[in-house]
Amino acid sequence: MDMFLQTLVSGLLIGGLYAIIGIGMTLIMGVLGIINLAHGQILMVAMYITWILWQSFGIDPYLGMFITVPIVFYFGQFLAKYLLHPLIEKDSILPENQVLMTVGIGMVLVELARSIFSSDYRSVQTGYTDVVWHLGKISLSMPIVIDFFLAMLLTLGLFWLLMRTDLGRAIRATAQDKEAATLMGISAKKITILTFGLGSALTAAAGSLFLPIYYLYPDVGPLFTLKAFVITILGGLGSTVGAIAGGLVLGIAETFGATYFSMGYRDAVGLVIFLVVLIFFPGGLKRFTKV
Amino acid sequence: MADKQIKKEKFINKTEWIIILSAIVLPFLFSFSPYVQGLLIFVMIWVVLGSSWNLLAGFTGLVSFGHAAYFGIGAYAAGLLFLHFKISPWWGLLLGGPVAVIVGYLLGIMVFRLRGPYFALGTLASAEILRIIFGEEEWLTNGHNGILYITTWVTKYPYYFIALALALGAVFSVKAVMRAKAGFYFLSIREDEDAAQALGIDTQRYKNIATVISTFWAGTAGAFYMIYMGFIDPEVVFSLHNISIITILVGIIGGVGTIWGPAVGAVIMVLVQEIFRSALFGLAPAWVSRLHALAFGLLVIFVILYLAGGVVGDWDLIRKKFGLTKKAETAE
Amino acid sequence: MSILTIDKLVKTFGGLMAVDHVSFEVQEGEIFGLIGPNGSGKTTTFNLINHYYPATSGRIIFKGQDITDKKTFEIARLGVGRTFQVVKPLKRLTVEDNVMAAAFARESSFAGARKVAQEMIEFCRLDDWAQFKAGGLPIAGRKRLEIARALATRPSLLLLDETAAGLNPSELDEAIEIIQGIRSKLGITIVIVEHIMKVIMGISDRIHAIAHGATIAEGKPAEVAADPTVIEAYLGSDYNVEKFLNA
Repeated sequence: MDMFLQTLVSGLLIGGLYAIIGIGMTLIMGVLGIINLAHGQILMVAMYITWILWQSFGIDPYLGMFITVPIVFYFGQFLAKYLLHPLIEKDSILPENQVLMTVGIGMVLVELARSIFSSDYRSVQTGYTDVVWHLGKISLSMPIVIDFFLAMLLTLGLFWLLMRTDLGRAIRATAQDKEAATLMGISAKKITILTFGLGSALTAAAGSLFLPIYYLYPDVGPLFTLKAFVITILGGLGSTVGAIAGGLVLGIAETFGATYFSMGYRDAVGLVIFLVVLIFFPGGLKRFTKV
Repeated sequence: MADKQIKKEKFINKTEWIIILSAIVLPFLFSFSPYVQGLLIFVMIWVVLGSSWNLLAGFTGLVSFGHAAYFGIGAYAAGLLFLHFKISPWWGLLLGGPVAVIVGYLLGIMVFRLRGPYFALGTLASAEILRIIFGEEEWLTNGHNGILYITTWVTKYPYYFIALALALGAVFSVKAVMRAKAGFYFLSIREDEDAAQALGIDTQRYKNIATVISTFWAGTAGAFYMIYMGFIDPEVVFSLHNISIITILVGIIGGVGTIWGPAVGAVIMVLVQEIFRSALFGLAPAWVSRLHALAFGLLVIFVILYLAGGVVGDWDLIRKKFGLTKKAETAE
Repeated sequence: MSILTIDKLVKTFGGLMAVDHVSFEVQEGEIFGLIGPNGSGKTTTFNLINHYYPATSGRIIFKGQDITDKKTFEIARLGVGRTFQVVKPLKRLTVEDNVMAAAFARESSFAGARKVAQEMIEFCRLDDWAQFKAGGLPIAGRKRLEIARALATRPSLLLLDETAAGLNPSELDEAIEIIQGIRSKLGITIVIVEHIMKVIMGISDRIHAIAHGATIAEGKPAEVAADPTVIEAYLGSDYNVEKFLNA
């Protein structure tokens, strides 16, 4: 029973971080209509930036986040403006051209990281890295708890942005109907670019938060990309609230998979759930299978 | 586009005869260098994989992000036969294709419900799951230790000619299908599945036909890889980045939806990789060799941005840019 | 003899009754008009007939055979051709290849399919465009390509969904000629959905009017046009019939 509770809580806490990765992906999916297969690689870039800030300037990752996130926000906009958006007017046989572009971007980011930092594992050591809190028989790693609450704060902030600001309304309108939004005087291009920046910034925040509790190496990128799309599909299938649910589900499923099944299957759990959803709940997916 | 020519010309035209003959002569020109011969063999493997993917993605519109699934299954069909029953993997060369077809069909039951980006994700997930299962189930696959087999010949020639035969088989089977009724149906499905149905096309059936041909070649390529390399492990043959993604890139660079695109893409891909891996054949400082994957990624971005049709698809465009008399390595 | 019988056809989307117990019979050799205001369920009825969606209840009988549960492609093979209101050209294929892809429904040989395709292209006056990519056609061409493609499947019943929408007056006259030719020269029965009253009143033998998914009138064009419920459905009450007809 204790083990069960421990697993549940650990999963939930990690799930909070997965949730913001998922929301970032969902935003991009909603507005651009594509799966961003460089999502985890952008997270990796953010992790390296935060790591450099810590390594070279001694900036704590939680503070470093406030430098990393804006940088990645502009970096994401740059990618969208010069690499993704120009493809919209191009007629190509594969409608997945933009998706393939994100694959190319992802490859370049991973390989750049590898040539700069080599494939070595890196991590940060802070005063609180190994601090553990005990709650009854459950032990909680302090940085994971902090991460969880910061992730929740970010999520609330994002909701405020989407629901209460003009920019948020413009994003939601574009996601619902690009043409109609354009007719209402919204610049689809501007919103597309901004959204990609915003989605990147969210996953960057997750990257900074992951740094104190995770190893960093170039191939962390593809790993998180995979997680990101599982979250997005599991969750509300394109809805922001769904992404939160999807993140939590994946976090819990992974920790349970690792505890009760086999450590090696940890990363397979999400994929299996994903396929199960496809096989047994095709109705739930139908809306998206005819896009 | 290509369609017009396909109809009128002979099944194997002049340019294609030249390509075939040069491919036969090529390994003898490099008889001094088993290294180059090895590269040529890899080109052929990529031609098979690229053509297989292209039939599904480029001609039928089913963009698979998990071709490693079929490649890996083919490789393991040959490998497991040897591991458990000591049967020569050469038998697997015959078996790899059919086994991949069966697995592909089973996976297809799941992923064919999906359209567009969701199909891409479904295929990607299937390959990843297979990779993890084959890594974990040691009793069946020997896990991450992989399967080792002492290769039959030291010389590269027999491998090269088998690989060449497979490559030609893949390219010309695609060409044959695309000249027939099925080819029209594949293209219709790619362009608009709903319209295709209204025209009386059993889209499910024709998607399956495309999948059978495609997975057969991918599986055969996998089995051949096992025989030639003498070693497989799940991280290699089910690799998302080194197999699935590279297969797509071979298709894109050469030209999606063209008969010879994947072949051209395979040549360019292996060439670019080797130029960097060998640090410009030893002329550049050693650190250049680490950039091979980076260079390839940049090439992909460049092609998607400026050559949406790939080298073969946008050949006219390229010719215009560089003047007409640029010598063709392949013309479509 | 009746070629198509629709019997108490119902389609609901969630709580919405898109098609509400619609019944009608189309006679062989007829041009049968289906009219109704926007969103009244005309296109949905077509989508039910060729099983683009499954019907919630009711039967669809084609040539004495129940086709309610048949798949879209099977229905096409049995001889029900259709065009789409929102045209669906196979964009990167030439016009000829578009029509050939359809012709393979009945012809298995390359030459045979090509011959049928060329006939239909000529019939629909698309000759000048035959070697163009379908994606580059102007709207009139796309509409006619829809018809040519449907004809190439050699249907005995053709469902035309707003093939005249968006055409200029001279293109419109040409479209009417083509449609009338389909019956007179090819002997194909037609069910036509159309918004332009001049077209549908001019060429239909009988008209079936629906509003909010339910039948409101059926009969000769003049009768239906004069029917107060029809006029009300379109324009609200107290409206001049003459103006309505010329709309």
